[in-house]
Amino acid sequence: MSTHTTTPPGTFDARQVKQDFPILQQTVHGKPLTYLDSAASSQKPLVVIEALDAYYRASNANIHRGVYWLSEHATALYDEAREKVARFINAPDPRSCVFVRNATEALNLVAYSWGRANLEPGDTVVLTLLEHHSNIVPWQIVTAERGATIRYVDIDHDGRLRLDQLDHYLRTERVKLVGVTHVANALGTINPVAEIAARAHAAGALVLVDGAQSVPHMPVDVQALDVDFLAFSGHKMLGPMGIGVLWGRREILEAMPPFLGGGDMIREVTTCGSTWADLPAKFEAGTPSVGDAVGLGAAIDYLTALGMDAVRAHEREIVAYALERLAQVPGVTLYGPTGEDRAGVVSFTLDDIHPHDIASILDSEGVAIRAGHHCAQPLMDRLGVVATARASFYVYNSEEDVDRLADALQTVRRIFGPGA
Amino acid sequence: MADLYRENILDHYRNPRNYGTIENADISYEDSNPLCGDRVRIDMRIEDGKIAEIKFTGRGCAISQASASMLTEMVEGADLDEIRELSAQDILDELGVPISPARVKCALLGLKVLKSAAYGITDWPEH
Ligand SMILES: Cc1ncc(COP(=O)(O)O)c(C=O)c1O
Repeated sequence: MSTHTTTPPGTFDARQVKQDFPILQQTVHGKPLTYLDSAASSQKPLVVIEALDAYYRASNANIHRGVYWLSEHATALYDEAREKVARFINAPDPRSCVFVRNATEALNLVAYSWGRANLEPGDTVVLTLLEHHSNIVPWQIVTAERGATIRYVDIDHDGRLRLDQLDHYLRTERVKLVGVTHVANALGTINPVAEIAARAHAAGALVLVDGAQSVPHMPVDVQALDVDFLAFSGHKMLGPMGIGVLWGRREILEAMPPFLGGGDMIREVTTCGSTWADLPAKFEAGTPSVGDAVGLGAAIDYLTALGMDAVRAHEREIVAYALERLAQVPGVTLYGPTGEDRAGVVSFTLDDIHPHDIASILDSEGVAIRAGHHCAQPLMDRLGVVATARASFYVYNSEEDVDRLADALQTVRRIFGPGA
Repeated sequence: MADLYRENILDHYRNPRNYGTIENADISYEDSNPLCGDRVRIDMRIEDGKIAEIKFTGRGCAISQASASMLTEMVEGADLDEIRELSAQDILDELGVPISPARVKCALLGLKVLKSAAYGITDWPEH
């Protein structure tokens, strides 16, 4: 991994970081690959790829079941990965960090397990218009089943949440849970989660935070935020696909029924019924993705070495540069807030050129961005657009990548002609 | 680039042929591509079992709108059997550029709408 001797302490050189990512060294369509879709999935540094390789070469076995050395070894690695996750989000107890496949599964776990056991007819779940579908659809299913209602907190002109609406719902309805994304994947808005949690708790509601776009990009401390659940995906934070985390307050997780039944999650099974294992095993039925957990641990080590404050500072800089550069491209409309509460995501449209056409032409220039509704259709409806183009940044992106994006957008304009 | 955005595709996108709606159309059908929000509606007037008039409206990416425009030119005057026999490859050939897997749905939306319209009726309306 890179050492950062030439950069001031607390910062890193993104071009040097990029050297750690083999996939980013290639060309596509004869152009250097400019990867600007880390909000969808991040690339992996060599240390993560090597950790996976080493696990399967030397340490693989099913965990908890074997009494032989290899199984004990794999179990120890799995537990160690969980401890790294807990330290990374400042969770007081690693047993409250449940390994799942991804953020989606973590959010579903809360909806199905906590929601089914706790929502009653007439209760309200408050979500926001900034949510990813994965924090909407499970609640639509479970509230329909339980006769509960969903309310959506609207956004203002800049894409910030209207906390006055949150207050209104908290005051006038029986709100049992507030589900909010820490960072909006389509707009980059950083939501004031600690403030939201304080208000929700004062009204007796729990707080579920979708950390899919925050945990990879900034320091996240579950105790400082004082929230009740945090969901995130490993693949968006330099780790492998197939591993994610649900952190929950221990006493809440302990009171929740299991989500999936099967092996590893039981204490005792008889033909009359079963009793559940302790945390976290209660929520980890079946053989887990041990290798991917180990890979996530390596990703956390890598991010920790860079420093999450430095990661955030880097993205703040690059997004400021991107907003400035893109604003200079004629015909570009930018979405989302422009202040300190903006993460490394830039959603935009260009004249009335469909974002898929933009993305196809950018692709031919080697620039990979996302185009579409970003799994946030309620938000797109609210913005009055069918789709946007979205560039998102991470530790390996430098100003050079932003320049390539801006140049490629000029190519789009040339092809479609002025005022296209 | 951009192979995908050759002049004839951009021309159909900028100046769509047979654009509009038909009042009292014999057949109207609309569909969308939920993933990207492309939308195409086709209206047809039928005479003697043939498409006497066809118009489309829509919104979306250049590929979806240009291919719908080309399609209306291809099928003017055609009868039901000919529409049934139209294949995806016919449209892709007409576009004449390589379409990546991610964009095939855009390119074929017009055909999907046309086929849904045609298969929705077993007999052409009598006049
Ligand atoms: C805010 C947010 N929540 C949840 C998810 C779902 O993540 P995953 O597909 O890894 O479950 C995403 C991914 O796009 C996201 O951006």
